[in-house]
Amino acid sequence: MEEKIIIAGFGGQGVLSLGQFIAYSAMYENLSCTWLPSYGPEMRGGTANCSVVVSDETVASPIIATPDTLIAMNKPSLAKFVNKVKSGGTIIVNSSLIDEKVTRTDVKVSYIDAQALALEAGNAKTANIVVLGAYIAMSKILPFETVYNTIDKLFEKKPKVIPVNKKAFEIGFNSVK
Amino acid sequence: MKKLLKGNEAIAEAAIRGGCRFFAGYPITPQNEIPEYLSWRLREVGGEFVQAESEVAAINMVYGAGGAGARAMTSSSSPGISLKQEGISYIACAEIPCVIVNMVRSGPGLGGIQPAQGDYFQATKGGGHGDYHLLVYGPATVQECVDILYNAFDVSEKYRTPVMILGDGMLGQIMEAVELPEMKDLTKLPAKPWATDGTGVGEKRRIINSLYIEPDDMEVVIKRLYARYDEIKRNECKAETYKTEDAEIILTAYGTVGRIAKSAVNILRSKGIKAGLLRPITLYPFPDYEYAKLADKAEVKEFVDIELCMGQMIEDVKLALNGKKPVRFFGRLGGNVMSAEDIVDFVLGEVK
Amino acid sequence: MAKIFTKTKMLTDNVLHYCPGCTHGIAHRLVAEVLEEIGAEGNCIGVAPVGCAVFAYNYFNCDIQEAAHGRAPAVATGIKRVHPDKIVFAYQGDGDLASIGMAETVHAAARGEKFTTIFINNSIYGMTGGQMAPTTLVGQKATTCVYGRDPKFNGNPIRVSEMLATLDGPSYIARVALYDVKHVTEAKKAIRKAFQHQIEGKGFSMVEILSSCPTNWGLSPLAALDWVKNESTKTFPLGVFKEI
Repeated sequence: MEEKIIIAGFGGQGVLSLGQFIAYSAMYENLSCTWLPSYGPEMRGGTANCSVVVSDETVASPIIATPDTLIAMNKPSLAKFVNKVKSGGTIIVNSSLIDEKVTRTDVKVSYIDAQALALEAGNAKTANIVVLGAYIAMSKILPFETVYNTIDKLFEKKPKVIPVNKKAFEIGFNSVK
Repeated sequence: MKKLLKGNEAIAEAAIRGGCRFFAGYPITPQNEIPEYLSWRLREVGGEFVQAESEVAAINMVYGAGGAGARAMTSSSSPGISLKQEGISYIACAEIPCVIVNMVRSGPGLGGIQPAQGDYFQATKGGGHGDYHLLVYGPATVQECVDILYNAFDVSEKYRTPVMILGDGMLGQIMEAVELPEMKDLTKLPAKPWATDGTGVGEKRRIINSLYIEPDDMEVVIKRLYARYDEIKRNECKAETYKTEDAEIILTAYGTVGRIAKSAVNILRSKGIKAGLLRPITLYPFPDYEYAKLADKAEVKEFVDIELCMGQMIEDVKLALNGKKPVRFFGRLGGNVMSAEDIVDFVLGEVK
Repeated sequence: MAKIFTKTKMLTDNVLHYCPGCTHGIAHRLVAEVLEEIGAEGNCIGVAPVGCAVFAYNYFNCDIQEAAHGRAPAVATGIKRVHPDKIVFAYQGDGDLASIGMAETVHAAARGEKFTTIFINNSIYGMTGGQMAPTTLVGQKATTCVYGRDPKFNGNPIRVSEMLATLDGPSYIARVALYDVKHVTEAKKAIRKAFQHQIEGKGFSMVEILSSCPTNWGLSPLAALDWVKNESTKTFPLGVFKEI
C-alpha cells in the first residue's frame, strides 16, 4: 500500500495541519510517512500545500508527481492540481469555496461543504478536520479510532478545542458514508 | 517511541542529545527552525545560545567555544555559509572540532530559498581559502539526520576536523517519524588536553592558532590534516547501495535526491529495467571504492548522475569510475525538484 | 643584593617583537601585571588579534586563542559563554577592532558580554606598513592618504569609546594614554577596574589605550609620545565614558 496525497488551499485554512493529522496517525499505525510542505513567501497570505505519502514500506521519494488523492480547499488549488491526479484517483473538493464541478470522469470526486459542516460541529475553524474525516472515510487508509485519538494528542495543549474537533471529524467522516 | 519531527528540528534535538552545548547562528531561510529550537532547548540542558550579529560572528563564536572545549555548532543556508567560510578555514587549520549545518538553497547570489545542491563543491573541496577539507555528510532522511548529528561531535573530536552536514530546504522542512537516541553522558567523553579552559600556565599553556609564519611549520600542519583525512576515509566513509546486485543501470545521487532516485529505481524495476542506486552518505571523503566496485562489473552498462545543480558531484563520480563506464547527467535547477517519474523519463528517453 | 623589580609572572620570557619605542610593550606589561594581581594565573583565557599584536599568544602566560581579523569579540564571546568563571580578555588594535571588526565589537558590547577588551589605538595600521586606520587623525599622513587624512576624501576618525558608552551593555569604558609615567599609572588603574567589572559580572568592559607607532608615524620614540600627548588626545580625549 502506498497512498500519495496533495492537500492545498489558502494559508490559514489548516491545510498543513490536515496533512500532519494524517502523518501523525500513520506513525501511530506504524506506517511509514512523509509530510512535505510548500515553504517560502507564498505561505504568507497566498496558497499553501503539502505532500503526504503513507506506505507500509519505507517511503523513499516525498515528491508527488501524480497524487492518488487531491484535497482542494480553494479554487486555485483545484485548478493547479486537478489534472495531476492519477486516473482512478480521488479528489475531495471543498464546495463551500469552490462552486465549479470537476469535469474529469476518470476520478472519484467528493464535494464536501466543509464550512457548513464545521459550523454544524460548532466552529468554522474546524473545516479542515471535517475534510480529514471525509478523507479517512473515503480512503480507509487509517482506522477511524487512530485518527480520532490523534486529535487528543495534537490538541494536548489546547484541551478546550478537542470536543469540537472530534465532532467535526465525526461529521466529516459520516458525510461520505 | 517514535516522534514526528521536521528535519530541522530533528537536527537540533539530535545535536543536543549528541552533546551540543553551544550554538551561534544568524537567521536565514530555510534553516530557521534549527536556531529557533535551540534557543530554548539549549537553556534546558545548561548550554549557551547566541543569536549572532552576522554569520561571520557566529562562526567565530563557534571557533571560541569549540576551542574552549565545548561541543559547538552553527547552522545556516548557502549565502550564510559563504560568509562563514573565512571562519571555517581558520577552524580547520586550528583543528577545532565543531559541527556546521548547511541547509542548501539555490544560488548563486541571493538565489532562491527552494532546495538545491549547488554548494557541493564548496562543501567538499574546502570552501574557504587554503589547503583543507571538512568531513561532509549528505543525509537523505530525517532519521539519517538524527543518526549523523548524534555522532557528529564524536567524529569531529576524534579527528579534530570540523564536520559539515549538507542538507537542503526540503530535508529541513520534511516531517518523518524518527527514533531519538538517549542523551550522551558528557562526563564520559575523552579529555581535550588542547582546549583553552583557562588553566594553562607556562609550558602547559594551550594556544589555539592558525598562524604559521614559517613555511616548514605550515607544511607540517597541512600534512597532518591530510593524514587525518586519509584516516577518516578508511574509517568513516559511508554509502548506501540499493538493488545494485544485478543492476545494469546505476543511478547515483546524494541527499534528498538520493531518496527520489530510490523511488525511480523501483519504478524502473516495475518496468523490467534492471536499475540500482548508489547513494554516497559521506560526500567528503567520497566513497569512490563503491563506484569502482560497480564499474568493474560486466553487467553494469552505465551510470546516471542526478543532482539539483549543473553537475558537481559528477566530477567525483567520474574520477571514481576512471573512464571505465559512461556517465549521463540529469539535473534540475533554481530550486526545482525532479520527481521519481522525471528521473524515469530521463533514463528511458536517454538510455533505451 | 636587594631585588627592586620582578617581571610579572603573567608574561612569558619570550622577547617582544615590537618596534623600538612602540607602547605595545607597556600595554602588555600593564595587562599582565593586573592579571597577576587579580589572581588570574591558571584562570584566564586571552584572545589575540590580527595586527601588530598577532603574536600576543607568545607573550601572555595563559591559554590563548588567536582570532581572525576583527573577530576577537566573537571568539571571546564563545569562550566566556563556555567558561563564565574564567577571566577572558581580547587584545585588539584599531584596524581590528574599529574597522573590520566593528560589528563584532558593537554587538559584544551591546549584549553586555562579560569579558574585557584592551583596545590599542595608535591611529595607523602598523603590521601592514602604515595605512590609514579608522582612527587616523584628520591631517595625519598614512600610506593610503599620503597628503594627510582629508575628511572630504577619506572620511573622519571614529571615537569608539564615546560610541560604545551610548550602549546599555557596557559597564566600564575608559580611554587612557601611555605618554608619561603619570598616565601609565592611570592606565593601569583603568585596566584593573575593567577586569574588576568583569569579575563582578557587571557587563562588557573596555580600556582604549592611546598608543604610539614611531615606525609608521616617522617619528622618534620620544617625539611620538609627545604627538600622542599633543595631537591624539585632541581627537580622542582621555577619560571614563561609562562606569556603572
